[in-house]
Amino acid sequence: MTLLEVKDLRIEFPSRRGTMVAVDKVNLHVNPGEVLGVVGESGAGKSTIGNAVIGLLEPPGRMAAGEVYLQGERIDNLSDNAKRKLRGKRIGMIFQDPLTSLDPLQTIEKQLVETILLHLDLNENEAQQRAVDLLRQVGIPDPDHRVKQYPHQFSGGMRQRVVIALALCAEPEVIIADEPTTALDVSIQAQILELIKKLCIEKNVGMMIITHDMGVIADVTDRVAVMYRGNLVEEGPTAKILGDPDHPYTQSLISAVPRPDKRLDRFPLVEYIESAGDAKKSLDVANHWLGQARDFGDHYTGPLIHVENLYMRFLTKNSMFKSKREYFDAVKDANFEINSGEIFGLVGESGSGKSTIARMISGLYTPAEGSIYFAGTDLTQITTEKKRDYFRRQMQMIFQDPFSSLNPRKKVLDIVAEPIRFHGLASSRAETETIVRDLLDHVGLGDKAALKYPHEFSGGQRQRISIARALATRPRFLICDEPTSALDVSIQAQILNLLKDLQAELGLTMLFISHDLPVIRQMCDKVGVMRHGQLLEVADTEQLFENPQHEYSQHLLELMPKLSNVKAA
Amino acid sequence: MISFIVKRLLQSVLVMLTVAFVAFALFNYVGDPISNMVGQDTTFAEREQLREQLGLNDPFIVQFGRFVGKAVQGDFGLSYHHKQPVSDLIAERMPATLELSFISALMSLLLGIPLGVYTALHRDSIISKLIMTGSLIGVSLPTFLIGILMILLFGVVWRVLPTFGRGDVVHLGWWSTGLLTESGLKSIIMPAFTLALFQMTLIMRLVRAEMLEILRTDFIKFARARGLPKRSVNYRHALKNTLVPVITITGLQIGSIIAFAIITESVFQWPGMGLLFIQAISDVDIPIMAAYLVMIALFFVVINLIVDVLYFLVDPRLRVDRVSSGR
Repeated sequence: MTLLEVKDLRIEFPSRRGTMVAVDKVNLHVNPGEVLGVVGESGAGKSTIGNAVIGLLEPPGRMAAGEVYLQGERIDNLSDNAKRKLRGKRIGMIFQDPLTSLDPLQTIEKQLVETILLHLDLNENEAQQRAVDLLRQVGIPDPDHRVKQYPHQFSGGMRQRVVIALALCAEPEVIIADEPTTALDVSIQAQILELIKKLCIEKNVGMMIITHDMGVIADVTDRVAVMYRGNLVEEGPTAKILGDPDHPYTQSLISAVPRPDKRLDRFPLVEYIESAGDAKKSLDVANHWLGQARDFGDHYTGPLIHVENLYMRFLTKNSMFKSKREYFDAVKDANFEINSGEIFGLVGESGSGKSTIARMISGLYTPAEGSIYFAGTDLTQITTEKKRDYFRRQMQMIFQDPFSSLNPRKKVLDIVAEPIRFHGLASSRAETETIVRDLLDHVGLGDKAALKYPHEFSGGQRQRISIARALATRPRFLICDEPTSALDVSIQAQILNLLKDLQAELGLTMLFISHDLPVIRQMCDKVGVMRHGQLLEVADTEQLFENPQHEYSQHLLELMPKLSNVKAA
Repeated sequence: MISFIVKRLLQSVLVMLTVAFVAFALFNYVGDPISNMVGQDTTFAEREQLREQLGLNDPFIVQFGRFVGKAVQGDFGLSYHHKQPVSDLIAERMPATLELSFISALMSLLLGIPLGVYTALHRDSIISKLIMTGSLIGVSLPTFLIGILMILLFGVVWRVLPTFGRGDVVHLGWWSTGLLTESGLKSIIMPAFTLALFQMTLIMRLVRAEMLEILRTDFIKFARARGLPKRSVNYRHALKNTLVPVITITGLQIGSIIAFAIITESVFQWPGMGLLFIQAISDVDIPIMAAYLVMIALFFVVINLIVDVLYFLVDPRLRVDRVSSGR
């Protein structure tokens, strides 16, 4: 018997400019003990389905048509209060970001006990006991003690376990997990997915996992439903969908997932999506402004970046006495070189010190010890602002979050022109404007983008603006800090291809930071693996992937979700 | 936490010294204290003698030290105008002002927070829209005008509330209270409400904005997804999370209620410190002005200290050392 069934679902978002249909004609079902994956890119309507099932559509969204059945019983037409009683009790929900899913002002115990008392007929003491048991079940060590703590005292992975415990409070029949592991590191992701699989089998619950990550789909789901622009394009057993998809969208989506097993020249694009916006005009770099002044006058031939015995410390406990202060070593004794024209990758989990290294090279942090040589000059010994500006111009950064890295009050023209003006690279206003328009055209946005504001662009387009801004100083070294981890697979492919093209055209040297191993394999020439602030292994990319030397590199590669290891049916 | 409080106390001492310095400077730069004290026919020699007696010829730093030393013991000298110790005058007036401020702060919290929550939860209802529009009037009308309008309506037209003064007071030791007699209670309603109106609007709008922000967060969504009833979601989870900014603003506002009760006090002829201060200004009664300045600074410093301690109680995230809490 089917546990959860969604029939002919249609969800609309009425607005002044007409009705937006978020989801249309969707049919889904989940069986007991089964994991159904719902996959698609952002805006495909995946999360909306989940919200509609538990009756938490954000207004003005509404279910225009369709029916939802739980154990054969229709639930979509129940009263608000009756729906509320189903939530948590019979349908549990897990959200994406464990850092924001818990009330920061209440202890874990309070939140668990409140939910338990609401749904189960237990007294206060029994509820407390159950709270501890639940934490133990989801694998939190020392639950008796930790239950008294506040959410901020837990790490991201542990918090997601608490969230799962909260969703399991009343032993619901169905669990809807909306991107449950997207905000987590690979090794934590593997643990959480393992836990979800285990719970499904042990408690015989049906699970709907909403995700954009094909690796997660391959890892845990039994069946997959593929969403594209509010429609269900294909549904079937996971092995069939991943191995032999029928629909052209599914086919191109799967081929666009960066491959961990083989290095390709370019990232395959999701061809099914029309107007992908990759129509980048090629420039004659040799004669264009962008290509000029590429001779930096130092005729330096050694490695462009050379990092020696680099340390970074953060103060964790302040004290008036120097001897009592405590520090956290964010980066410990890092040594590496980046040759001119090379893409150097840094990979590791969050908190491993990747970004800290990038920030030290770009001068945002001052290293505690060690030297950073840029074209033979030790950046840590520079004292004058003028000299520093000279190097700043040669080095640019692209940040992870395309939404917060652009000033929302400025036009794109001014955003991109700012570095040109600051460094006095153009002789006149008109010239600056021409250069900016050329740059925007070059990154595939078209020169008309100049007069718009950042909010008028999507995430991928904004990342293009960031790239244009970084190129505006005619740098020779580019630092990309997780440039595509906030983007969909199809957009990621476009952005990474653009970066590759620009790198080849302009002979850029790049430091590329990512936690995504397949992306690293496709992008980088050399890779450094980091953990707890230490650079464990530096090797040529192919060598690292084929024959990792350090234990931790092997471990990381093993955990990498692969499309090939589809869950055995 | 203790080290934090100690640090805060040290900072407070610095603030108080700075304010004391400004207050002290009043004596030296706003007119000549001697000519304020003596008549026109005093001879130059007598003036010089008085100057010597009062220690006004001592080096600046010695005089300042003496001022601070006395101020710490509550001695601000004699009022030029009343010919009484300033500390007595203030002690006599302080209960009136503190009672007024306390009642009006209470009013603004008791009305502002529920109204803020209501308007946030029922954003589109007609009542919230009326409240929001009404609150605009609250912010935009000046205090004295509201006071005068209220006197006109309740005191003159309907004759239900007294228009000035504190009514009958009861003396409990050195503290005089109007809260124990009927006429005292009646008298405090209008001035307290007048003073509270602006703060109430501010708190209401703040609570509303914060609530709207919090209601959009994931943990509220997750609380709903767990089936928690509305009451628990809205009050236990959402409202508590709006409190930190509300505490900050309320703390600052209570300070300014005390400091700027002046206008309300003059409209209602409330016998508080504000009225004393206004009179002191017109009489160039510098000792009172200096003492008032130091007093108000002390109130601000103490209230801010309390606010900082409240943060710790409300938000567990602040209890860890701030440096290490950065994820």
